[in-house]
Amino acid sequence: MIYFEKVSKKYNGGQSVALEDVTFQVAPKEFVSIVGHSGAGKTTLLKMLIAEDRPTDGAVYFESLNIHEIPKTKLPKYRRKIGTVFQDFKLLSHLTAYENIAFAMEANGRSDEEIAENVPQALSLVDLDDKGLNFPGELSGGEKQRVAIARAIVNQPDIIIADEPTGNLDPIATYEVVQILKKINDLGTTVIMTTHNKGVIDELGRRVITMDEGHIVRDDNEGRYAL
Amino acid sequence: MWVAFKRVVRSGFVGFWRNAFVSMASIFVMTVALLVITATMLVDQLLGASLQNIQSKVDINVYFVPDAAQPDIDALQHSLEALPEVAEVTFTSREDALAQFEERHQDDELTLQALHELGDNPLGASLAIRAKETSQYEGVARFLDDQQAQEATQSPLIDRVNYARNKEAIERLTNIIKAVEKSSLIAMAVLVAAAVVITFNTVRLAIYTSREEISIMRLVGASNTFIRGPFMLQGVMYGLIAGILALLITYPIVIWLGPATESFFLFNIFAYFVHNFAHIFLLVVGSGVVIGLVSSILAVSRYLRV
Repeated sequence: MIYFEKVSKKYNGGQSVALEDVTFQVAPKEFVSIVGHSGAGKTTLLKMLIAEDRPTDGAVYFESLNIHEIPKTKLPKYRRKIGTVFQDFKLLSHLTAYENIAFAMEANGRSDEEIAENVPQALSLVDLDDKGLNFPGELSGGEKQRVAIARAIVNQPDIIIADEPTGNLDPIATYEVVQILKKINDLGTTVIMTTHNKGVIDELGRRVITMDEGHIVRDDNEGRYAL
Repeated sequence: MWVAFKRVVRSGFVGFWRNAFVSMASIFVMTVALLVITATMLVDQLLGASLQNIQSKVDINVYFVPDAAQPDIDALQHSLEALPEVAEVTFTSREDALAQFEERHQDDELTLQALHELGDNPLGASLAIRAKETSQYEGVARFLDDQQAQEATQSPLIDRVNYARNKEAIERLTNIIKAVEKSSLIAMAVLVAAAVVITFNTVRLAIYTSREEISIMRLVGASNTFIRGPFMLQGVMYGLIAGILALLITYPIVIWLGPATESFFLFNIFAYFVHNFAHIFLLVVGSGVVIGLVSSILAVSRYLRV
C-alpha cells in the first residue's frame, strides 16, 4: 500500500543528508512506529508521505501512485486520504473543537448533513462530546490532541500519520491518545507514528522501524524500543 | 459550488470577527491610507479650481482706434473666435468703455472734468480675448501682430494690444501653473503609492499571522481556492469598511472647510464633495476593495506554494 523505494533527501547541495537509500513498505491496516534520535529523518519521512517535501532520489508510492508525480492541483485531493496528527496539535485557534473537525470535512466537500452527523461521532470517539464548543485555548494538551485525532479520522482516511503525537502530553494523556490510535487501527485504518516515548512503543507491541542518521537500522515486527 | 461558496463566505466572516484585533488594526491602517488618497484627490480638485480661477482672470485686450468701423471690428472678432486656442472673445463698445471709465473714476473730479472738456468720447471699442491655456496667449498675440502689420498700409484699425505689457506676468504665471501642476502630480503619485504600499503590507502582515493556519488548512486537504477565499473576503471587508470610515471622517472635515475654501479659493470643497459623492465613493471604497483583494491574494499565494 505504501512503498518507499530507495528514497534519499539531501539539503544544501548534498552536504546535509536527511534520508539515504530508505526502502520499506507498509501494508494496509498496519500500525507502524518509527523511532530514532532527533535528526534521524523521521519527520522528513512523514513529510514525503504527505507531499510536503520531495525526495532528492527514489520514489514514494501510495497505492501504486508515485506521490511526487501528482500534479499540484490534485494534491489537496490526495491529502484528504491521509489524516495527520502533530506534536503541536495544529488546530485552527479561531475555530471551536467542533468547527476544527467540521473544517476538515468542509475542505473535503462533504455535505452539511454529513458534517452534522459525523462530527459528533468523531468527538464521541475521542471522548470529547462535551467539549465541542470550546476553542483550542480552552482545552488541555491531551484534549487538543484528541481533537486533532478526531479531525484526522473524521473523513475516514486510509492512513493516519502521527508525528510525535504524545510529545507534549503528560503520562495520562499519552495513554489516552495511544489507546485512541490503537482503537482507530483496530477499526481498519493504517497508522504510522513517530515517537521518542519508550513506554508507548512497549505498550503497543507492534512493528517498529528504527532510524539513525537517515538510514533504517532496524525493522522489527512486534518490536520494542531499542535505542 | 454554492455550498463551497457559502462556506468560504462564512469562514471569511468568522475569521474576520474572531481575529478582531488584527482586523481592527488592518482597517485602521487602511482607513488612514484611504484618507490620504481622499485628501489627495480633494486637494487636487482645489488646486485645479484655483488654477482655473487664476487663468480665467488673464486676458489680452485689443483697443481699437476711436473711428474704427464696426464691421471691421466684427470681422476681427470672428477671426479671433475661429482660432482653436481662443476660449472667449468679449466686445466692449466705445460707449460702454466710457461708462466704465466714468464709473472707475467717479471719485476723481479732475479726470472727469478733463474728459468732459474734450467734448467727444476719446475711447475706442475693445476686445477682451481669453485663451484656453495661459501658454497660448503668445500665439494669439502673434495673430494680432500680423493683423496690425497688414493694416499699416490702409487706415489703422487697432490702436494697441496690451500683450507686450502683460507678457512677463503671463509667462511667469504660466510657469507657476506648470510647476504647481507638475509638483502636485508628483506629490499625489508619491502619496498614493505610499498609501498602496502601506495597505499592502498591512494586509500581508495580517495574513502572516495566519500562515500557520494556512499550512494546517493545506494539511487537511483544503484546496487553494478554499484556503484563499476567506482571506480574499477579509481583504475586501477591510477595504470596504476602511473606505466607508475614510468617507465618514472626511465628511465633517469638508463641512468645516467648505466656507473657508469658498472664500479663499472660490471653490466650495463641501459642495464638490456632495455633488460628486457617488464618484468619490466609488473611487475611495473601490480603491480600498481592490487594494485589499489584490494584497490578500498575493499574500496568501506566498504560503500556498508547495
